[in-house]
Amino acid sequence: MSSLLVTIAGVILVTIFGIIAGLFLMGVDRICAARMQMRQGPPLIQPFIDIRKLLSKDSQVPANAIPSLFNAAPIVAFASAVTVLFYLPLGSILPVGTPLPMVGEYGDLILIMYLLTVPALAMVAGGFASGSPYASVGAQREMVTMIAYEFPLAIAIIAIAWRLAVAGLVMPFSVNTLAANPIWTVVGPIGIIGCILLLIVLAWVTPAELSRIPCDTPEAETELCGGLLVEYSGRNLALFSLSMAAKLVAMAGLAVLLFLPWNISPLIGISGIGAAGADLVFFLLKVIVVMFFSVTLVRVVMARFRINTVVSLYWGWLTTIGLIGMFLIILDGSMSLGGCLS
Amino acid sequence: MKLSPSFNRSLWVFHVNSGSCNGCDIEIVAALCPRYDPERFGIKLVGSPRHADVLLVTGPVTHQMRDRVRRVYDQMASPKVVMCIGTCGQSGGVFYDSYNLDGPLDQVIPVDVYVPGCAPRPEAIIYGVVQAIAKLERLERSVK
Ligand code: SF4
Repeated sequence: MSSLLVTIAGVILVTIFGIIAGLFLMGVDRICAARMQMRQGPPLIQPFIDIRKLLSKDSQVPANAIPSLFNAAPIVAFASAVTVLFYLPLGSILPVGTPLPMVGEYGDLILIMYLLTVPALAMVAGGFASGSPYASVGAQREMVTMIAYEFPLAIAIIAIAWRLAVAGLVMPFSVNTLAANPIWTVVGPIGIIGCILLLIVLAWVTPAELSRIPCDTPEAETELCGGLLVEYSGRNLALFSLSMAAKLVAMAGLAVLLFLPWNISPLIGISGIGAAGADLVFFLLKVIVVMFFSVTLVRVVMARFRINTVVSLYWGWLTTIGLIGMFLIILDGSMSLGGCLS
Repeated sequence: MKLSPSFNRSLWVFHVNSGSCNGCDIEIVAALCPRYDPERFGIKLVGSPRHADVLLVTGPVTHQMRDRVRRVYDQMASPKVVMCIGTCGQSGGVFYDSYNLDGPLDQVIPVDVYVPGCAPRPEAIIYGVVQAIAKLERLERSVK
């Protein structure tokens, strides 16, 4: 009974953390982008103000929409984006860990990958349900983008998990294994090159996953008037923005988990609840660094891709880079086994 | 109508051209550029009237555009503010007495703030937005 209560408290805490961290990250992103364009930029709390304003506005349902699906999509998107965070380690707070024993026991990377597609699918459903031609075009583009980036992402995750398995770790897909064994300490020199290639692939998957420039073709404000979200207003739009924010934390958190899982507390030698706090702050710092390089920098420097460019980029270039990285890691793994591949 | 203090720190703007000569539209774009940086105050150009809080209308409202302007206005979620940019929308301006005008704008939809000028300078447009914020604050106080 008490463990159930702790789980519920943990879920609520992580949800609040996800919302606050996500909106904070969006604020940082907007300020960084503004500074790069020689502007002053909005205050850090601007995303919070935006969400509060959206919540105070009316939510309109267009006449030719399917109201049930139209209203359910934002809730599903938000819930699934937050659920991903339950399965990710936040600093030293592991999902199957001491302070917050949660549903995490059953979760691993494969589940995280599938959960990450759910917000996008909800947006697609909402887009089709809103009965606007712009939203339908946006939904189709979102599906195409999703198919395009899923493959490179899977390559990166599977290559790393395979290498951990070769290193003799049981449950290589488990989040805890990944957090405890940074991939860089496992692989040899060839594997490190492979890991760098996979890091590049993951950094490029992030903007597509988050529908940010240059992969914001589904939302394209100037051509599709907001695409998928064109008919959404008020509370529903706020929920979609919150799900975007939570997804930003989740994607950056996934990159941190795969490639930068170190914690700060062993280094500065504190323990207990202070260590969890310090690690959480350090985690946020890592997430900001990841977000800056894979979202903010890219979105300021580049223009929007056409939808066919998105597909050829992800299926052609990034898949090739990912496969080369995977090949190098397999080479590295088989060398560590003495030239035998099993 | 429900207003919260966060409302006027986060005004999202949608722009409709109701038959203008494009002079005012260019000035709006100029007002949104990094030199004036309205994002400092949370002002952002959005692509859909559903997301918008402020409707910027330029032009004298031609006969063809009358229904469209009306429809865009109806699509916006309330609370909402309408700004009429340029002399055209107030009196017809250089198009005064044309055979195909249904304007001025306030005959079509309720207008909150007028920004005169042909075309108004970006500073004038920003001043108009400040007036809109002041009006929202007044409304807020009267609602309380
Ligand atoms: S007010 Fe002047 S500049 Fe603006 S749309 Fe009318 S004619 Fe063009």
